[in-house]
Amino acid sequence: MTGARTAGLESHVRERLAKKPLLLMAHVVVGYPSLDANWAMLEAMDGAGVDLVELQLPFTEPIADGPSFVKANHDAIQAGTAWRAYFDLTARAATRFSFPILFMGYYNSVFRMGAERFCARLSEAGMSGFILADLPPEEAAELNAMARGRELDPILLMTPTNSPARLAEIGRQASGFVYCTARKGVTGRKTDLSQGVAAFLERCRTATSLPLGLGFGIKTAADVREVRGLANIAIVGTACLEVWEERGADGYRQFLKTLAAETV
Amino acid sequence: MTMPAELFPWAPGREGYYGDFGGAFVPEMLHETLAELRAAFDNARRDPAFWKSYVEVMSTYAGRPTPVTYCDNLTRRFGGARIYVKREDLNHTGAHKANNVMGQGLLVQRMGKPRVIAETGAGQHGVATATMAARLGLACTIYMGEEDIARQRPNVFWMEQLGADVVAVTDGTRTLKDAINACLRDWAESMADTHYVLGTVCGPHPFPQMVTYFQSIIGHEARTQMLDATGELPRRVYACVGGGSNASGVFAGFLDDLSVELVGVEAGGKGIDSGKHTARLAGGKGRPGVAQGYKSVFLQNEEGLMQDTYSVAAGLDYIGIGPMLADLHQRGRVRFESATDSEVVEALRLTMRSEGLIPALESAHAFVAAFREAPSLSSADAVLVNQSGRGDKDIFTVADALGDEGWKDFIRRKAASYER
Ligand SMILES: Cc1ncc(COP(=O)(O)O)c(C=O)c1O
Repeated sequence: MTGARTAGLESHVRERLAKKPLLLMAHVVVGYPSLDANWAMLEAMDGAGVDLVELQLPFTEPIADGPSFVKANHDAIQAGTAWRAYFDLTARAATRFSFPILFMGYYNSVFRMGAERFCARLSEAGMSGFILADLPPEEAAELNAMARGRELDPILLMTPTNSPARLAEIGRQASGFVYCTARKGVTGRKTDLSQGVAAFLERCRTATSLPLGLGFGIKTAADVREVRGLANIAIVGTACLEVWEERGADGYRQFLKTLAAETV
Repeated sequence: MTMPAELFPWAPGREGYYGDFGGAFVPEMLHETLAELRAAFDNARRDPAFWKSYVEVMSTYAGRPTPVTYCDNLTRRFGGARIYVKREDLNHTGAHKANNVMGQGLLVQRMGKPRVIAETGAGQHGVATATMAARLGLACTIYMGEEDIARQRPNVFWMEQLGADVVAVTDGTRTLKDAINACLRDWAESMADTHYVLGTVCGPHPFPQMVTYFQSIIGHEARTQMLDATGELPRRVYACVGGGSNASGVFAGFLDDLSVELVGVEAGGKGIDSGKHTARLAGGKGRPGVAQGYKSVFLQNEEGLMQDTYSVAAGLDYIGIGPMLADLHQRGRVRFESATDSEVVEALRLTMRSEGLIPALESAHAFVAAFREAPSLSSADAVLVNQSGRGDKDIFTVADALGDEGWKDFIRRKAASYER
């Protein structure tokens, strides 16, 4: 088990931020293109010094995802990726690597598992928290309370469409860090970080004192460089997957290194 | 017709919930958009002028009120209950979908948004939405699963002629549920100038409530018409159930009449045991879950992955069911039955031959259950079947099912004339 979890996600993030100006969080859709490939991705993340990792449990109706992740979800399901395979991988990863690992997925998986069992499984697998793309905070009170009892942090999202009152409400319920989406829409498409992102992050900053992660459409080392000074964590999802598909394992390792180089 | 009374008083702190089901489970990005829609809808439905303008539009543009037709030949054939049919097939564009679409269109005008998007399965909701958009001068994009496009090509033709942009959805099972996902993704980007005209009583609050509200015009008309025609309420009301909008609409008129039994009919496909069906409640195969923005009963595996569904009727081929219907089922207020593809084709043939009515394949499911049960009722009882749509759109599917050689010849000749 990692020391990261028991220290709490927020303090882990803050400790890292004392040593470098920006953290890097990367994403894997578990089961796509294969569990073996996922392991190679995780090794590459470890090698590059990625600070946080989110592991997505595939779902048939991924409404917050764009085309690349939608395909990855469906193909992983076709390949038979089920809960057991997912938690086997996460548990192995938590033992082997030092970065904190977050569950990412859709609420139906949690609902079917049951909140209690979900928290127990995350905890047993050595994970640090979870991101549920379609669970609004007003539906999450019970789950989140249960999670905190097990030192798991529910990571909430703030979006550019939220009113100041809503951001404040999310801020009151958040823990660990806050995932700020850099633009409207779903995952995948590139974001122009010069278009209102700084002002949006200002609004998020007013609503919470937690560290801020910025994701959605962050695709290149130059993007990561731009996140410096704007947010505390650069979150890269679709771009990692696309690089794996286009440039293979070596290209992937190289890519992560160039991203990580912008965070020190 | 007067404004429908408050249909659903929410339990304290449970706005948008029908018992255990409903709610709004959407990405945070859409939170304010749904709040805006709830406010616009609440404002509209508290304004008596709004319902009046809706009824007016439906009467001058869409052909309402639709009649109730007594079917003497069918009644005599089954020798039991007197069979009446509510004629939603006579709506402009040929199905009950027009009710919901024109209602949401009026709301879009109040909200001042210039663009609408919609999912469609059978294509009926897509055609209805495209008609409304053309009339109200709105830009329109329709998402339709690739598989449904192949099944319901004529409706794609009409949507495009009406000026809509039809986008083929190629992920997942390439059917209705995937088209709904595509709409939610579009909306998460486009909400500032776009309204999502959801076509059935599913999705996040306020859609189930709002679509039921507009569709309740069916039930309110039908109740009065049955009283006028027979002097009493029907013993049973039958409706097919895809997402559940025509059923919710007709049932809404009779919910408080406890003497009226409400029967929802799901698609039994090739039989419940074959695994190729969409019977979520009647088959007992559905499980509670949360997907596409709402909590209800879905056809899914133990780990919550949605299953492939099947029906000869594209409009019933869907994983979930409206949360209000799931609750009415749980409370025993609505009974659920299923009808297989072959029963449906047989009922369709019989209805055409005996009454000159041409129900859509979807609607024919309701006829199956009524025909099954009519003989065990007495002639003192009247039953009402909601004919949600007309069957013209199904000409290819029905011709195949009936093995019509003349039609096949025609298609061959037509295809040959297009050879390059
Ligand atoms: C004619 C007709 N009836 C029924 C349905 C099923 O929808 P719902 O259950 O929402 O009425 C459809 C859907 O496309 C339809 O076209």
